[in-house]
Amino acid sequence: MSFFKGFAVTGRLPFKPKVTVQYPEEKRPKPERFHGRHVLNRYEDGMEKCIGCELCAGVCPARCIYVRGADNPPDEPVSPGERYGFVYEINFLRCIHCDMCVEACPTEAITESKMFEWSFVNREDAIYTKAELLVDDAGKPRELPWEDWKPGDDRNTSAWVRATGPGGSAAMEGRVLWSGELGYGVRPAQKGQSDPSSADYPAETDLSLREMISNALRGIGVDGKRPVPGDSGQGAAGGTA
Amino acid sequence: MGDPVFVNGLDLAVWLILLVKVVVIFVIVLVSVLFMVMYERKAVAWLGVRYGPNRAGPNGWLQSLADGTKLLFKEAFMPRGADKPIYRIAPYLMLIPVFLTFSIVPLGGTITIAGHITRLQLADPSWGILFLLMCSGVAVYGVMLAGWASGSKYPLLGSVRATAQMVSYEAVLGLTIATVVVVTSSLRTSAIVRAQHGGFLYHWNFIHTLILPFVLFAVAITAEMTRPPFDLVEAEEELSGGYNLEYSSIDFAWFYLAEYAALVTNSAIIVTLWFGGPDGPRIAGNSIGPVWFAIKVLIILYIYVWVRATLPRLRYDQLMDLGWKRMIPLSLAMLMIVAGFQITPTSTSSSPVARFFVEREWGLLAILASVVLFVLFTLAIEVGKGATDVDAAYEARLAEEGDE
Repeated sequence: MSFFKGFAVTGRLPFKPKVTVQYPEEKRPKPERFHGRHVLNRYEDGMEKCIGCELCAGVCPARCIYVRGADNPPDEPVSPGERYGFVYEINFLRCIHCDMCVEACPTEAITESKMFEWSFVNREDAIYTKAELLVDDAGKPRELPWEDWKPGDDRNTSAWVRATGPGGSAAMEGRVLWSGELGYGVRPAQKGQSDPSSADYPAETDLSLREMISNALRGIGVDGKRPVPGDSGQGAAGGTA
Repeated sequence: MGDPVFVNGLDLAVWLILLVKVVVIFVIVLVSVLFMVMYERKAVAWLGVRYGPNRAGPNGWLQSLADGTKLLFKEAFMPRGADKPIYRIAPYLMLIPVFLTFSIVPLGGTITIAGHITRLQLADPSWGILFLLMCSGVAVYGVMLAGWASGSKYPLLGSVRATAQMVSYEAVLGLTIATVVVVTSSLRTSAIVRAQHGGFLYHWNFIHTLILPFVLFAVAITAEMTRPPFDLVEAEEELSGGYNLEYSSIDFAWFYLAEYAALVTNSAIIVTLWFGGPDGPRIAGNSIGPVWFAIKVLIILYIYVWVRATLPRLRYDQLMDLGWKRMIPLSLAMLMIVAGFQITPTSTSSSPVARFFVEREWGLLAILASVVLFVLFTLAIEVGKGATDVDAAYEARLAEEGDE
């Protein structure tokens, strides 16, 4: 009888709703921390976040990132602080989207969007330079002709996507420990995922060196206060000097 | 008895009608193969909670056409050790019998073309259904020679399996067809169909032969076609493809075509032999035989796919056990029983029970003999099992080794 039971099992299946997602027409929702194509972010005042420190290039396991830093022009600074990313290239034929560069970045400059559906017809197109990676003046990622951006693919590209907080700890829920970016502002923190009284919850003053550098570059002192906007570039430069 | 188109001799019109019929049958088989490949892929997808191919053409129904076109443009490859003439001829040895088989299938009643009445059937020889056995016998050569001529070991193993399997199950085919022939007392396919007319379901052979021969026939013809669950002939895991492994391009396409044409043709044969062929209720007084025929074939085809999606593949020894130890004795017993009850009783008794048993001594004798033979046969198998049961022998050896 179990012989016929098997037929009953398969016989019922055609009447069940299909599990297939008709891919190009309908797509599954992407996870919030999906690793897609990179973007180079800017601060809300339009300054570039990248300082040309090459930490991303150093940590990249696929060796697909090439960065050269340069001193900021004093009269027209590109980024707050002394240096800025003069050359920034990612070879997407090598990138494995591990997100290590995002974790390593001290200034939350490089993050990953949700866009993964794109293809190239030659190798030059695969090497993205600053011209393609850097968000435009409205803070939106530049949508290249061979890329298929869907609504929502550009969301959540702030340092919020990182696995660890700026302090190096995983417990950053419930507190905003990242800067805002041009066009989107500050992404609110997720609530209720960790207990503030737990041991791995970072104290207010427990800042890592990286975070202190980051704050200093953004013109925020050790007290966590931001000076008046307008003289932030000069102020930060003076602070680190 | 023959086709009424021949009553006035052979003139040009008759020849033309025959030519048109040949072409139509050929096209029907070809188109039904294109359809069947898609139907199977769709149905097996439905049975897997998927949609199946749905990109090429309307809802994906042109996918098999695209696949076939791709196959034609591939490189025709032949291994160095191949036996060239046999290697080239083997696909046709498999393909032609399948097309020939379809010519004896009655698709409906008669139609009138230019004053000539003709049957919706290409050929209606008096030895009709034996033609099926002949064709399936020839198809074995295709498989055998394809495996042999490839000059490669996996195809050879596959073809050895296939040959043994097809030859074994041919006996069951013959015995179950004999049951139908006994009931309808004719080998002519048109006569077999006509004998089943007159009542939807009630007069069909699968009822008249007590269902079991139909089941045996269906299993045997599945094995004959090497369809799942009897597809160990082309087990990818063991033989990486079986007898057609060394074929590509158009030659492989012929094998593929032959396989699916055989599926459609044999479903048509099943419908003809057991389910009344084009028999079915008339719609508004019109006989719609071909429509009923198509519906029945579609249902049989779906069942084939359903079986494929459900049952796991049999092992080689299980296949042989099923064939020789179960199905051949059973089909022989069913032939005896059905034949035994064919003598029409002339009793005038009013009681239906009495009418059934009086003058049925041959039938009762057949049942008795079948039971006795079956018991004896089962006993023989049990006695011989110790020597042939692979699993038991293996376990016994394990236990022995454990003791040492």
